[in-house]
Amino acid sequence: MEHRTTKYMNPYLAGFLLGLVLLGSIFITGRGLGASGAIKDTIVSVVSGIAPEHAAESPYYGPLIADQEHSPMKSWLVFELIGVLIGAFVSGLISDRLGFRSEGGPRIQNKTRWMFAVMGGALFAIGAQFARGCTSGAALSGMAVLSTAGFVTMLAIFGTGYLVAFFFRRLWI
Amino acid sequence: MGPFVPDPISFELNLVIALLIGIAFGFVLEQAGFSSSRKLAGLFYGYDFTVLRVFFSAAVTAMGGILLLGFAGLLDTEAIYINPLWLWPAVVGGAIMGVGFILGGYCPGTSFSAAAIGKIDALFFIGGLFLGVFVFAEMFPAWEEFYYSSAFGPVRVFDTLGLSIGWFAFLLIVIALSAFAVTSWIEKRVSASAPSRQFRLRPHSIAAVATVLAGVLLISLPDRKSRVLAMVTAAEHLAACETAFMTADELAFRIIDREPNIQIVDVRDSAAFNSFALPGAMNIQVRNLFDKEWNRLFARRHVKKVLVAEHESDAIAAYHVLDELGYSNLAVLQGGLPLFKQDILSESTHEAVPLHEDVAEFRMSARETINKLIEQERQKPPAVEKKPKKVIGGC
Repeated sequence: MEHRTTKYMNPYLAGFLLGLVLLGSIFITGRGLGASGAIKDTIVSVVSGIAPEHAAESPYYGPLIADQEHSPMKSWLVFELIGVLIGAFVSGLISDRLGFRSEGGPRIQNKTRWMFAVMGGALFAIGAQFARGCTSGAALSGMAVLSTAGFVTMLAIFGTGYLVAFFFRRLWI
Repeated sequence: MGPFVPDPISFELNLVIALLIGIAFGFVLEQAGFSSSRKLAGLFYGYDFTVLRVFFSAAVTAMGGILLLGFAGLLDTEAIYINPLWLWPAVVGGAIMGVGFILGGYCPGTSFSAAAIGKIDALFFIGGLFLGVFVFAEMFPAWEEFYYSSAFGPVRVFDTLGLSIGWFAFLLIVIALSAFAVTSWIEKRVSASAPSRQFRLRPHSIAAVATVLAGVLLISLPDRKSRVLAMVTAAEHLAACETAFMTADELAFRIIDREPNIQIVDVRDSAAFNSFALPGAMNIQVRNLFDKEWNRLFARRHVKKVLVAEHESDAIAAYHVLDELGYSNLAVLQGGLPLFKQDILSESTHEAVPLHEDVAEFRMSARETINKLIEQERQKPPAVEKKPKKVIGGC
């Protein structure tokens, strides 16, 4: 649990810039940012590659495959997420934050942290399917275009976060 | 006018744009500190509210930008993707994500920006993401019914709350700024190393005042469509701007002549249009003249666009909308459709002043030809209603 002191950007400035990126995306392409959709597209193409019959028959994968004019991997969000990896790496390089390490609360072992990370990721992905998007796609982009879905999802995510935070405080403080 | 997808940006070019937008997205996420799970989790324990600051600033910036671009007529706000609402799935899904956030310390986008700089816990989180989608998809039949329940479509939050868009935008700005102030106060009490301790008050308060002023501005901005529609029906505007007219006889002559460089645009409602329409006329109501899909049609300068309506004044309004949108070579059918019907299409022509022989002869032959053309068009199956091309999106 290494503690880094590298300075981050002023959060309001970062938020303003993030807002401009989101605005640019909507202005040019008509759609906002996203992340969880790229995972879904990848899973769809992996499953339909390994077990095409199973995928075509599945009530979840089936329509997704049938709707696609192109391969699911050729999806907008997959390309965007590849961009995220590149952009974040460049940022880490510039600000000297590259390096293999894990982060967590001061009272927690790496193995426990990893176990909870897998559980958290799985829950996040399941929730994102129900809500048709995660913090980026549903909450942030949804709020920017003033969709009711965006605000409902945002309130549900952060509201529940505060409700359960107390019970998992050992993980973080 | 944006958005530029699906037209004129192609599918392949759009993927390149996706990559570039992703790079900018990832860069800002990492610079903001979203690559640190401890920083993200700080939101829920009060020691670091960076997430709230970045998230709300971004939402307010993008929202304000969309409203301003829409006002300036640079962005077609009706063509952008509005994520549809499935109420209970959104609430339950959001709640599951909330628990996932506390356990995992990341959300999907931030986990990728963290993994890019070598965070091992982020890699485990990403593994969990793939696992979660797979489990969800394999068990889909168990919750399929719930997944599609309480669908409301692409509703907007200000409509849900019964507010105007400008007032809601202003309210959101006020809420965001209050949240910034309150959370900074909490943060300083909870943590000795709170990020807000480093903020200088002056630039931050200037930014806050500017944002409130921008919010006040947003209240008073109507969108371009309502602005133009209000303007073209105002008497001063009509007095100041000239309108070009076309007489019923001239239009009849051009129809018979089958002139290719003419396009009749009928602005009546579709019920009236379906019961009677001039040959070759297109039905576009005044509200829909703004739609991007007609751009190609109206932009053809050598084609005269003849606007017809039941009342001449409606056609004049349409004329000035198109004029305002920058299109040229327009004309209004003088006297509206009733005069055309009376002069050209109907048998009984009791004129106060006897018509010139040539005119009478022309009208008689025109009556026969045009009525035949109208009859022919009626035989044709009704055109399939074209749905406007929508932008795809969502997660």
